[in-house]
Amino acid sequence: MIMRKLPTAGAVCGLLTLLACGPLATGAAADEPAAQPAPKVELVLDVSGSMRARDIDGQSRMSAAKQAFDDVLDSTPPDVQLGIRTLGADYPGNNRKTGCKDTRQLYPVGPLNRTEAKAAVATLAPTGWTPIGPALLAAAADLKGGDGTRRMVLITDGEDTCGPTNPCDVAREIAAQGVHLVIDTLGLIPDASTRNQLSCIAGATGGSYTTVQHRQQLTSKVKQLVGRSDERTVTPVATQGAATCDTAPELKQGLWTDREMFSENRWYRVQVKPGQELRASVSVADDRAVNANYGVLLRGVTVHGREIVRDDEGGTGRTDAVSAGIRYPKPSADSDTPAETVCLQVGNSFSAPASVKTTPGLPVELSIDLVKSPDQPSDVAFFGLGRGWWLLGTLALTGAVLGLFTGWIARWRLNTGRAL
Amino acid sequence: MRTRTRRPMASLLAAAGLAGLAVLVAPAARADDSATTTPATPGASASASGSSSSDDAPPTEAGTNFRTATPVKQGQQATASASTGDYLYWTFPADTGQNVTVKATVTFPSTAARHGASTWQIDVYDGLRRRQPCRYGMQTRTAAADATTVELACTLRAVRSFAEPWSNDPLRGAYYLRLAVLDMPQTDLGLPVQAAITANSHGTAGRQAVDGSVTPVVTANGPDLAPSGGWAGTWWSPRWLWTGGGGLLAVLVALGAHRLARGPVRPFGPRTAGEPVRPREPAGYSGSSGYSGNSGYTD
Repeated sequence: MIMRKLPTAGAVCGLLTLLACGPLATGAAADEPAAQPAPKVELVLDVSGSMRARDIDGQSRMSAAKQAFDDVLDSTPPDVQLGIRTLGADYPGNNRKTGCKDTRQLYPVGPLNRTEAKAAVATLAPTGWTPIGPALLAAAADLKGGDGTRRMVLITDGEDTCGPTNPCDVAREIAAQGVHLVIDTLGLIPDASTRNQLSCIAGATGGSYTTVQHRQQLTSKVKQLVGRSDERTVTPVATQGAATCDTAPELKQGLWTDREMFSENRWYRVQVKPGQELRASVSVADDRAVNANYGVLLRGVTVHGREIVRDDEGGTGRTDAVSAGIRYPKPSADSDTPAETVCLQVGNSFSAPASVKTTPGLPVELSIDLVKSPDQPSDVAFFGLGRGWWLLGTLALTGAVLGLFTGWIARWRLNTGRAL
Repeated sequence: MRTRTRRPMASLLAAAGLAGLAVLVAPAARADDSATTTPATPGASASASGSSSSDDAPPTEAGTNFRTATPVKQGQQATASASTGDYLYWTFPADTGQNVTVKATVTFPSTAARHGASTWQIDVYDGLRRRQPCRYGMQTRTAAADATTVELACTLRAVRSFAEPWSNDPLRGAYYLRLAVLDMPQTDLGLPVQAAITANSHGTAGRQAVDGSVTPVVTANGPDLAPSGGWAGTWWSPRWLWTGGGGLLAVLVALGAHRLARGPVRPFGPRTAGEPVRPREPAGYSGSSGYSGNSGYTD
């Protein structure tokens, strides 16, 4: 008996170990961190003469910014490459032309040496002009290279008066270069025109605009924005849709980005194998002032021009993006059936006031997924099953009728003397 | 006496069947079907592991677009500090047969005085970024200049496991929640606000159980969202209880009706007084001879 039990016990033990270790082993494999390119952040600080004003919790704007930078440098995530650029730090004179070129990289974007960075910040004194546009361009150049997320945090107390280009247009141009750069702006006690300019810069790149009135608020906001650069997200791949399906680029599963002009339609192509379901979502962002009513259209069309599926979304009022999505399940077929080419049409009906520049186009984000196609259900209801009191009543009534009928037959047979 | 013992048993069975029907809470029929695993886009796995590191604590940050939407579990309260004018995004999983209610609270800190009323709105999008209507709930609300909080809510349609590609019925998968200010005085742009959201759900008891099952609508280009116990298996629905219980009920009713119609049968049992049983008539009975109806019953 013992001899026969032992192998069984062994088998049970083995099974238990397998059960205990199985999930652990797979969990360990899944949690393995994948190498991610380092995110890059550049803090762009306004060191213009107006930063002397003592109106942030009784301190000067400059000292509030310095203290905030000290805190931020202490809490920067280790994998973030941080750089600092100043604007208006060096030229105290009145020459507009020279003053409007005054931007300097205080600390290069790279692995952070906290002591050096803090020492560099400590040397700053409010000096010159506010050349935001040139500073943004220079900062974009600083952040070039690598595949990580790029973020710029602009801290200023005044608007760019250098001209001729609006820094908001500069920001949009930078964003359209496909470097996936987000600019967050912070206004220290801003006036109306500064607020408009800074919120326009933020909106043009998908960043956020914050009004800063207290030192603590400045510190926590910059910390939050630097921390945001550490987000792990898929970086979209740039593509360019065509005017017709024949010439359209072929997209695979993934995240794609494009620029679409106002009221333009663009075509893309996707190969869908039998047994696959195509899922496409598109978001068109309005990165500038647009008219109140807008819409986005996403259509799936065969190569012969027959519409398969469509989704459209319209809206009115303030928004950051309008999105639509379609799915197209292709039933399973023999293995030698070729993949079908589905043409995707992405259109928008945004329009802008005449004063707004229409180039570059609106940012489009297109997400393509190919998953297993569902089986066609045989019935509307779940496995054809029923539910509810009507079902119970019907079944009970059927049972009752059947029971009464057989009961009467039995009674009749009993009464006529036949055996049961 | 057999009838006396059988009746309670029958009623017990019926009660059990009905109790089974009454317990319409879907049991933990969790099973990951192989169809839910899709090949992820390179880089998406990292985003999944990045979000899983802070899985236990509720998130304190919000995303700023669909791509960076912060994953939230159902029942968890996610918070975020933001600036007026920001668009805040969260994403959460919803499974078949759930009625999801999303609630958001915007709190205005007292340190920043506002200059006028502001209008806030929550929008819910499904995994395909299609905007989902709210069945009820205050989706848009205007906060007065001196208000300290504004509360928003949105109850979605019941999540289904299958829908035609042409419909935008809510399918199981990821849902995006966007919180934004629609209208405010320009002077209030950028002022700090605090936002808190929760997504909760309750079951539909199989009311919306449809046949077929679509792979959960979770994009491979983002965090790998799933309910904490994995996606529910597609073979379970309370409809099994309703239909099975209905069959049982039919059998019990049929048995009862049969007995009722047939009447009592006691071929060998003791005869009780007062229960008239027609005697079997003798073969050679003729109505003309002396009538003795009670001949068989002599007490």
